[in-house]
Amino acid sequence: MAIKIVDEVFDPWLEIQSYQNTAAMTDQFGATCIFIGTMRDFNEGDHVKGMSLEHYPGMTERQLEKIVVEAQSRWPIIDTLLIHRVGDISPNEPIVLVAIWSSHRGDAYDANRFIMEALKSRAPFWKKEVLTSELERWVLKNTDGYKVN
Amino acid sequence: MSIKVRYFASLKEKLGRSEDTRIGSEVVSVRQLWRDCVPELSMPANLLAAVNMEYADLDTVVNDGDEVAFFPPITGGQAWR
Repeated sequence: MAIKIVDEVFDPWLEIQSYQNTAAMTDQFGATCIFIGTMRDFNEGDHVKGMSLEHYPGMTERQLEKIVVEAQSRWPIIDTLLIHRVGDISPNEPIVLVAIWSSHRGDAYDANRFIMEALKSRAPFWKKEVLTSELERWVLKNTDGYKVN
Repeated sequence: MSIKVRYFASLKEKLGRSEDTRIGSEVVSVRQLWRDCVPELSMPANLLAAVNMEYADLDTVVNDGDEVAFFPPITGGQAWR
């Protein structure tokens, strides 16, 4: 398991490849499920030019580790890589990466979804958006993960 | 007894400070700690609290050396409790 909080742009694909190469799990896994969350340039009908992500250093890592440990107790996961950005973020930059390696796809899909949903409700992150109008606002509610029609 | 109290995000902006230190001899709950440290603001209904980096109920008793944090709902929305 690896959990990283980073304050600079990261390349999720390089991180996944690098971790897979070094984590000594060759030949064990039959499924890799990857979720990458990327910053949008719109939210609630407004154009967003940037975002600042605040967190509670120490508590964030502790809560993320608890979530991953819980996922590993519920599904037969071989390994997990979780990376989350903090600080100033621009549209199109990755915010979060969750990669799960397991023997079978069902466990990988389910554990990945569980970790993302738990992260959204338990990890102490706070988003502040900067709109193209220069207005700043704290994001007050999460979406449920589906497009609003 | 010394307790470090921290504030985050919009709450930190509203209070204009990121932390306080409470010195005192009597035992206090998280709720009382808020009243002592933030007399200028009544407790928001959706306030979250943590003691030593674990989510905590407002009735949790705080001990010497603990770190208590108050913050608004995370990333927005779903309150954990």
